[in-house]
Amino acid sequence: MKNYDWIEHVKGTSKFADDLPVVEGTLHAGVFTSPTAKGKITSLNIAEAISHPGIKAVFTAKDIPGKNQIGAIIADEPLLADEDLHYVGQPIALIVGVEEYSIKQALRKIKIEFEEQKPILDAREAFEKKELIIPPQIFAIGDIDNAWDKCDLIIEGTADTGAQEHLYLETQIAYSIPKEGGGIKLISSTQSPTAVQRCVSRILNLDMHKIEVDVQRLGGGFGGKEDQATAWAAMAALACNLLNQPIKLKLSRQEDMRYTGKRHPYSSDFKIGLKTDGTIIAYKVDFFQNAGAAADLSTAILDRTLFHCTNSYYIPNVKATAYSCRTNLPPNTAFRGFGGPQGMFVIEAAIHKAALKLNLQPFEIQAKNLLKENDKFPYGQKAINCVARKTWSSAVDKFQLAKKINYINEYNSINALSKKGIALMPICFGISFTNKMLNQASALVHIYTDGSVGISTAAIEMGQGVNMKLRQVASRIFSVDISKIKIETTNTTRIANTSPTAASSGADLNGKALEKTCLILRERLLKAAEELLKTGSNEELSLNNENIAVNGIKSNLAWDKLISFAYTNRIPLSAHAHYATPGIDFDRSAAKGNPFSYHVYGTAIIETTVDCLRGIYEINSIETIHDFGHSMNHIVDRSQAEGAIIQGLGWVTLEEIKHSSNGRLLSDSLSTYKVPDIHFTPDKVSVEFLENDFASEAIFNSKAVGEPPFMYSIGAYFALINAIMEFNPHIKIKYDSPLTPEKALLMLYEGKELNFSTPRNK
Amino acid sequence: MKRRISFICNKNLVEAYVNPALTLLDFLRKNERLTGVKEGCREGDCGACSIMLGSIENNSLKYEVVNSCLFPIADADGCHVVTIEGINEIDLSPIQKSFINEGSTQCGFCTPGFIISLTCYLISGKQLNYADAIDSIGGNVCRCTGHAAIIRSVKSIMDSFINRNAGNEKCIDYLISKNYLPAYFKDIEIRLMNLKRQTVPEKLRNRLMIAGGTDLYVQRHDDLILEEEVDFIFNTGNKIYTENNSCFVEASATASDLGNSELLKNIFPGFEDFIKLFGSKPIRNRATIGGNIINASPIGDITSILLSLNSSLHITDGLNERILPLNEFYTGYKTFNLNSNEFIDKVSFKIPEGEYFFNYEKVSKRRHLDIASVNSSAFIKMNDGIIVEAKISGGGLAPIPLYLEKASSFLINKTATGNNLIASINIALDEVSPIDDVRGSAVYKKILFRQLLFAHFNKFFPEVITPEILI
Repeated sequence: MKNYDWIEHVKGTSKFADDLPVVEGTLHAGVFTSPTAKGKITSLNIAEAISHPGIKAVFTAKDIPGKNQIGAIIADEPLLADEDLHYVGQPIALIVGVEEYSIKQALRKIKIEFEEQKPILDAREAFEKKELIIPPQIFAIGDIDNAWDKCDLIIEGTADTGAQEHLYLETQIAYSIPKEGGGIKLISSTQSPTAVQRCVSRILNLDMHKIEVDVQRLGGGFGGKEDQATAWAAMAALACNLLNQPIKLKLSRQEDMRYTGKRHPYSSDFKIGLKTDGTIIAYKVDFFQNAGAAADLSTAILDRTLFHCTNSYYIPNVKATAYSCRTNLPPNTAFRGFGGPQGMFVIEAAIHKAALKLNLQPFEIQAKNLLKENDKFPYGQKAINCVARKTWSSAVDKFQLAKKINYINEYNSINALSKKGIALMPICFGISFTNKMLNQASALVHIYTDGSVGISTAAIEMGQGVNMKLRQVASRIFSVDISKIKIETTNTTRIANTSPTAASSGADLNGKALEKTCLILRERLLKAAEELLKTGSNEELSLNNENIAVNGIKSNLAWDKLISFAYTNRIPLSAHAHYATPGIDFDRSAAKGNPFSYHVYGTAIIETTVDCLRGIYEINSIETIHDFGHSMNHIVDRSQAEGAIIQGLGWVTLEEIKHSSNGRLLSDSLSTYKVPDIHFTPDKVSVEFLENDFASEAIFNSKAVGEPPFMYSIGAYFALINAIMEFNPHIKIKYDSPLTPEKALLMLYEGKELNFSTPRNK
Repeated sequence: MKRRISFICNKNLVEAYVNPALTLLDFLRKNERLTGVKEGCREGDCGACSIMLGSIENNSLKYEVVNSCLFPIADADGCHVVTIEGINEIDLSPIQKSFINEGSTQCGFCTPGFIISLTCYLISGKQLNYADAIDSIGGNVCRCTGHAAIIRSVKSIMDSFINRNAGNEKCIDYLISKNYLPAYFKDIEIRLMNLKRQTVPEKLRNRLMIAGGTDLYVQRHDDLILEEEVDFIFNTGNKIYTENNSCFVEASATASDLGNSELLKNIFPGFEDFIKLFGSKPIRNRATIGGNIINASPIGDITSILLSLNSSLHITDGLNERILPLNEFYTGYKTFNLNSNEFIDKVSFKIPEGEYFFNYEKVSKRRHLDIASVNSSAFIKMNDGIIVEAKISGGGLAPIPLYLEKASSFLINKTATGNNLIASINIALDEVSPIDDVRGSAVYKKILFRQLLFAHFNKFFPEVITPEILI
């Protein structure tokens, strides 16, 4: 089914925060940030900046009326740095002025002096220096210490994954408008309206009810606006509160890239023990997460790494330890997969390394150890309705693995400077917030007297199509046309205490709350219809195609007539309901429980070609069998899956975050940080739907789709490694993602002299 | 320093009295409230701000896509500016429909840019094909879909054009009849002819001149707004021509002019493919070769090519011209031999004859719309089995775009044997001094340069430069 939002998109009429008309007297704000990765401010002179033409005010930490604190999980992050500086780009002062360009000039007139200290940029260095955000977290199952003896082969190694810039096309933006009674209305490009509201309340020392947060839609989020839209909204609100004037704060692309956190880079140590047939007996892993300078969401992300450390494999003896390491980089934050991809990369590296030693293909080990029904994850939950093996065998058959391998072998034997590689990648991803509290949602539905419907939920539309799925929920229950249903902005005065739209759960949680609300209204309406049609107890009424059916047969009572009758008879046409995901629980102290309402599975096959002369490469195809449950919107779900896959391909190949040795971001623009473009997109991206009706806590059994397909991309890393090894079989693989063209070329020619020796016979 | 600027914006005539250095993006969004034009990066790297620019050239209307974030409003004078709002009609266009059918849009922020770029491609009047259609949106980035669904849309749109009998009907009329364009496009040509462009100002000394703006607006956007005296150089007329066995390219010729030049294609077969590695379509439509030279980037694409063609710069102060070989122009990192009252007028090189080879190699992290880690260009002329001319250049290997003096001269009067060619590669490696930066480590760049030299010779002399040497 087509997505109604898309009609506005293709016409350019969808309204993003920067597109809304501004009100009279609107001022702009710019942010002055730390030039150093670690230091102490010794003096800060804002006098010259204040007297710059067109500048209204400069605010610093001391102007904050409430608490200078924005940390959502751990209170360790000020809105504006007061004395200590923790990373390059940390906000220090806010400049407010009439024109954006004069703010840029005034920013250069703030004079700062500071004592510089040596920054820590690397997670392992932070670990050595005991700079941990929280104590180490451990997940274990079986008896790891006694398991090694049972193994025929034990392999150890390291595996690293890099940071990733979200690169939502719409940069961070907030617009704050003063309201009566000292209140504030905030238009914010956030995935977490309540987080913004709570933070502004703390910063301004105002009750939460005085702060209204309203969100129409985001120009992409990917997790980057889950926690990190908050600070910019809080700054706009601060200036708005102090000046009593509307304030718009929008980051430029470069500011956004410099000031905001990324996907967490991880460095990990693994030890894996197997039988000679490839059965995995034991797996030990230590994750060093580079959290950046403050906790942000790092601890929750660390959890998800542990939950996904064995991917879709059953391993009887596991010990996984994770360290969240404090460094002097901008606080790293949520990004599609939320630590899961980082955990899964390591087990895949361990399997790859073991396969080389055992003289097996990696996919032979993968296939052998895939989860079966009722197998236990390291956190104790059982795999239920597990389709790991089903997606695998479907992929092997449907995409003709054997034929592909033959073709690749032949290709490699006749091409000297071009080599192909192949890899398989199974995925298993748990759905639910691992923080139980967040697994709740509510919905508010109004039916207007003309029969049109307005819906409010906590869901934020950011491209994932949640608005369309919500429309489908109401349309199905009321049996009215999609065009009668409108999804309102997400607004904290209509829906309070919202969970962030994150963890792939937006459609599930809000869809379930909406389903409940619609059912309440449907019951009321059918009761009214009973009265109107004077039907007896043996006659069953239902809503059917904008009509009321009696025992399945169309009556002469239309939807709009029924609504009109209900209103006349003072039957409430609005309802609100709350949903809390049942059956989930997790005992943090034991690290055991059932944190997820269900898992999503799938398998991908990836083929790559490496130009062994230039070190450049192509991902030729990525073909997947993906477990969508019973997809409620194939067009939306397929596009989501494809987008996630290709975003993942960027993460393991081109997307490389680089810092100078003093912690300054070097890849701070689109000319130095490259994301996949249309030429990069593989010739073949296939997403095949494995349909099943197993997930009852998924809305209409349509499983969450936002994050899981991202992790198929990990297979592309290994397919590229396999291609490179066809050219240079003797390399020492470092398992260090992303595999940039630079790393590829250096691997292709590892162990060879720079200068050519002259050809012998020519 | 405000100026009066008149242009047709979608359907309507706009007469603005504005700072001529204001970007079209800001004018469209703030003054005209055309918010379908999005700001994504302000450096021409995302395409969210793409607009179609129609102008009269050789007495007929032509459209090209440009990044409005790097486009001074002064250059819109006398033109037709088309935003997504100017495409919208009651019925969606087939491109818009296809984007909905295939799921080619998610958050919607980049979408108008894609639709504008594709529409502009269809209006180009050229023989349409799938590869060019993809190239036309090479400057648009979609972070949500990963472009897989967009590729499906492009395929379906191109399929519907297969049976089009080109030539019988004017391209615009055809597109109007098929609902790709609103009917008002019919009258644009005549309306533009009646709307006189401002006269081209004299090139004045000591004034900042903006031609393409694709670098200046990235680096100095906020300053340009405040600059008191700015000249804008309009892009008109034929800028690539021959005279006395030399090829002349005016400094204001754009990269697209180079890529479209039949003359250059004839001299260097495949030249247009080399140019496709330069920026994106909207960037190529604006970026000038004068700008590429004066930007003095050690990794400039066109400078690298021009160096291997032994080009000369024609430098003038408005009165007198002096001619300087390009390989003597650069004196150090971003410094060059040019007085403050001078500007580059044109570039020339001798048109090669007889048996010769030319090749350009570029490796960047991303194949398209990226700045090279290393690039290299090579020109070799043979006579009776002997190399009589050799010019090799390399970018990203030194503080300046580098001409490989020693390696090039080593090859003169030698036969193209494996030994000689390999020896010249080894000599070239001693001539370069790359540094570690965001585009790669020094070690990488040196190895990569070796590989690119190998690639040149492998293309020129495949019998002697064989893969076995590498393996």
